[in-house]
Amino acid sequence: MGGEEKEANVNILVCIKQVPDTESQIKIDSGGKGIQTADIKWVMNPYDEFGVEEALRIKEKTGGKVTVIGVGPQRVVESLRTALAMGADEAIHVDDPAADGGDALATARVLAGSVKDVPFDLIFCGQRAVDDDNAQVGAALSELLQIPLLSVITKVEISDDKAKVKVQRPVEGATWVFEAPLPALITTQKGLNEPRYASLPGIMKAKKKPLSAKKLGDLGLSPDQAGLQGSKLTIKGLTPPPERKAGKIIEGETAQEKGTILVKLLREEAKII
Amino acid sequence: MAKGIFIIAEQRGGTLRKISLELVSEGRRLADQSGQSLAAVILGHQITEEAKKLAAYGADTIYVADAPELAAYTPEAYTAVLSELIKAQEPDIVLGGASQQGKELTAKLAARLETGLAMDCVGLSLEEGLLIARRPIYAGKVYADVVCETARPQMASCRPNVFPILEPDAARTAEIVSVAVSIKPEDLRTTLVEELADQSGKVDLTEATCIVSGGRGMKDSENFVILEKLAGVIGATVGASRSAVDAGWRPQSDQVGQTGKVVNPNLYVACGISGAIQHLAGMGSSKVIVAVNKDPDAPIFQKADYGIVGDLFEVVPVLEEEFKKIM
Repeated sequence: MGGEEKEANVNILVCIKQVPDTESQIKIDSGGKGIQTADIKWVMNPYDEFGVEEALRIKEKTGGKVTVIGVGPQRVVESLRTALAMGADEAIHVDDPAADGGDALATARVLAGSVKDVPFDLIFCGQRAVDDDNAQVGAALSELLQIPLLSVITKVEISDDKAKVKVQRPVEGATWVFEAPLPALITTQKGLNEPRYASLPGIMKAKKKPLSAKKLGDLGLSPDQAGLQGSKLTIKGLTPPPERKAGKIIEGETAQEKGTILVKLLREEAKII
Repeated sequence: MAKGIFIIAEQRGGTLRKISLELVSEGRRLADQSGQSLAAVILGHQITEEAKKLAAYGADTIYVADAPELAAYTPEAYTAVLSELIKAQEPDIVLGGASQQGKELTAKLAARLETGLAMDCVGLSLEEGLLIARRPIYAGKVYADVVCETARPQMASCRPNVFPILEPDAARTAEIVSVAVSIKPEDLRTTLVEELADQSGKVDLTEATCIVSGGRGMKDSENFVILEKLAGVIGATVGASRSAVDAGWRPQSDQVGQTGKVVNPNLYVACGISGAIQHLAGMGSSKVIVAVNKDPDAPIFQKADYGIVGDLFEVVPVLEEEFKKIM
């Protein structure tokens, strides 16, 4: 029956952030509150790739639609197109300076606003973005949408009736198995899957897939609810990490000699053992 | 006006976790500095006796939320109980742990309370009543000082293993306050079905005081046994570089670095790890770094306090033997 098939579909949203490649050297800019972006190579946050991949795998099994959402300047389109080339169906780009640079709650408001007319059963966010290491946007979005939150997940199983999700979450010394009703929000951890590369036909197809650009007004938000203006937490300043100098290279003829000296130094000089 | 500092203590299976003592100690320090009182909050079931231990580390008040539904952590129920308590008591500052549980809980709580949360902090200070929180970003390539000027409470989560634990004072007592718990059905949507214990029984990398890590120079998964043996002698947890994980030699949960775990042990021994920028970011805050590598030009030596240029397969067994003599 067509109707049943339709019910079986799972609609999935994946939130994507574009971040500096992890190879990047990070230098503080002259204002002291941001980083120099001139030589940065921008990529999709690695944790978000796990979300795109997992969404595609679920879609391939059950049918449905995968929509990716990104907030940020024009360059973010590249990461959204990458997700479309991997196999996502549609992209939403919130391209409005007033939406950028917000804290977790301000950013979550933008994401919540951009999906207000999009039906969903599942939302994926990376467990953290490798730029600000904030690990909060998924949680804040789950609060705004009032749906269950399943954080830092390495295994996702959707029940046959598509009503529930069961997940695995590694914590210190254990793995927790949680279950929650759908719709729910999952934040993804390394180990969940191995993201695919976009194929050449995929890249060609992605160019024709729908990508809609939105402004804050389209989301029903005013500038004081989003971006820097809508943020409670602000950056006072950035500093370089404490300097680490190269230390001693242990001299010696043999491994035995070097090892003996090292252990003596760790005990007597570093007093660590 | 200052209305006190709250710390959210963490228990698992009815036992306080170490991060709870770190939080009370840091809370005490901030409370003394600002002339405020310090309250610890704990959620669980039949945990009052365990909770009383927090008094010796500096809690003036201990709020105990005790209910069968709170025995094991679930994000929704814990957020609901804590947000009600915080709304009623209006503390000025709330600290939680940046543990696996604490990161999720504080993030959810901050959103529900519509306030700012400084995540995974390594330093806290007070300037004219404002909590200045220092947090590494880009996995430690840069540190950010952040502040929540207007919204209250000011919230921060503290990285495990960073904030020193005070000497317990057995003479200290705290007022125990029982929190009235009302949990609605919608707070119980997410349920813990099962807890799979980690068979290795090793301390998690994020909480380890000693780490022995292997990289591409390990050449094969079986060779990690020499690191396991060394780790056994000095009570360390074995970690790995991204190359070793991507090669399938070690599980993902062992990875140290920007796309793995950020660690800060007292001693980090890097074996056969060249020191890619992502790896250095993830372990750069270790107190003492030792590197063993064949290549004298490996970038890891630029960060290491002690370096041995040599074959790790010769050096590591020597270290094991030498440590055995003094441990």
